[in-house]
Amino acid sequence: MIWNPAEKLKRQEMQELQLERLKQTVNRVWEHVPFYRRKMEELGVRPEHIKTLKDVALLPITVKDDLRDNYPYGLFAAPQRSIVRFHASSGTTGKPIVVGYTRNDMEMWTDCCARVASAAGIGQDDICQIAFGYGMFTGGFGMHYGIERVGATVVPASSGNSERQLMFMQDFGTTGLIATPSYVLHLTEVMAQNGIKPSDLSLRVGLFGGEGHTPQMRELIEERLGIADTQNYGLTELCGPGVSYECLENAGMHINEDHFLPEIIDPVTGEALPEGEQGELVFTTLSKEGIPMIRYRTKDISQLNYEPCACGRTNVRMSLVRGRSDDMMVIRGVNVFPSQIEAVLMTVQGIGPHYQIIVTTEHFMDRLEIQVEITDGERLESYAGLEGLIREIRQKLRVVLQIDAKVTLLNPQTLERTAGKSKRVIDKREKCF
Amino acid sequence: MLVKQISVFLENKSGRLAEVTKTLGGKGIDIRALYIADTTEYGILRMIVDQPDQALQALTDSGFTVSSTNVIAIAIEDHPGTLDQALETLSEGSISVDYLYAFVGRASTDAIVIIRVENPQLALDKLEQTGIRVLSSKEVYGT
Repeated sequence: MIWNPAEKLKRQEMQELQLERLKQTVNRVWEHVPFYRRKMEELGVRPEHIKTLKDVALLPITVKDDLRDNYPYGLFAAPQRSIVRFHASSGTTGKPIVVGYTRNDMEMWTDCCARVASAAGIGQDDICQIAFGYGMFTGGFGMHYGIERVGATVVPASSGNSERQLMFMQDFGTTGLIATPSYVLHLTEVMAQNGIKPSDLSLRVGLFGGEGHTPQMRELIEERLGIADTQNYGLTELCGPGVSYECLENAGMHINEDHFLPEIIDPVTGEALPEGEQGELVFTTLSKEGIPMIRYRTKDISQLNYEPCACGRTNVRMSLVRGRSDDMMVIRGVNVFPSQIEAVLMTVQGIGPHYQIIVTTEHFMDRLEIQVEITDGERLESYAGLEGLIREIRQKLRVVLQIDAKVTLLNPQTLERTAGKSKRVIDKREKCF
Repeated sequence: MLVKQISVFLENKSGRLAEVTKTLGGKGIDIRALYIADTTEYGILRMIVDQPDQALQALTDSGFTVSSTNVIAIAIEDHPGTLDQALETLSEGSISVDYLYAFVGRASTDAIVIIRVENPQLALDKLEQTGIRVLSSKEVYGT
């Protein structure tokens, strides 16, 4: 079912709506966010220069580090008294990035996530289990509100504890599962170990997000569970889940373009690319009040398709994300930058400055290993000293990344040294994109 | 008196121990005793060598993470109950042993036991009071 008429507007109607909202947004940041005003002034752009949708290209680009540099409130366009919620996500180094939602933003987010659920065929007769983490992460709450909005029953199981997830799925008759695709594959392994067959479950559809999804993973999920499978996309900087979503046609992700205006740019030159070209996705929020984003570079590589979909929706579709234009990794649905890991290691005494990040897959779960060189001989006096060092590194990484890493100590001078760009990351996983 | 022990970090990779022995052999340093304890991830090699300062330098130069610690060496007769007497003495003095290992020396048939404790000087006094023969570094290094 098409949840909101905005999903099937005629192109011209959509463009008129987008232009009106773009002007409002530009006015808003010009008035309330000195950061954007300064950047616009540097480019010699004023709000009145925005006359057509194409004029969005006149506006300054925003990147993730701008959120970090203005942490925590520098990019907010609404005063604290209007903000009803914070969420946060990983930054590129130690500090996270934080976003704030006004009551209207929460309403918009809920509606966008209701569209995601509805496009996957979720309705009042469904019982949906959310295996995304709740908390500062946007995934759990966003999908929670959207699914509740379409009238389905929500099981807010949160992430982890696979046996318990499966117990709820069996006992409650869960029909819809919200998780990362790799977690679902992991669940199928736990099912096999516990002798649970797909026929023991009532599962009908999966709403997958938080990470990319290969055709191979899709086939495997289909083969093991025999369920319909939809991918959705979002990022904390824009709202969280609810930016775009697949319908049951599995023919690209419909963008909620009445709220998020997409562009495709050349990731190297920053130039806007013609319609249909593959490049980096850039979004400008059109209705957000708390923290509007002007031409936010997602670093995700995709392409846009403006053809109406067989499902009846007319909103533009983006292809499943095909890669990244930076070094961000998605590990267990969490965004991880090598620079975050480096910043943590710099604070640890007794190890050298070189490190290696190794990502592998074990039973469909991502596994992160950090190798460091031990330089402090004093630690050799007892195993407790060495174990304490490993524990300290793991603990500090967990604080920043929210995930557990294996830490391996190596002899000094064993990690590869290359002048300039050393190969810090070895990703042995099957490519997700 | 106390004896110097060298500890070397060994990552769990084939050939690492050989690199240590090669480095020391190349400098004409004799290993008198060695002991390795390992976990699945890494090991710590502990050694008594005839020239500890030179060994420390050579291994550091070869890129190993190394440390030097003072340990106690005692000689015990090679028959039942002798080690027990030494350990009882430490236990009575509330001195806990971090680890120990033994080897047979050159000069006599006595076993040499290397003991690492938190407070070596205190342990040394206790042992000497009980009449246990504490070895000098010269006796242990075998030079």
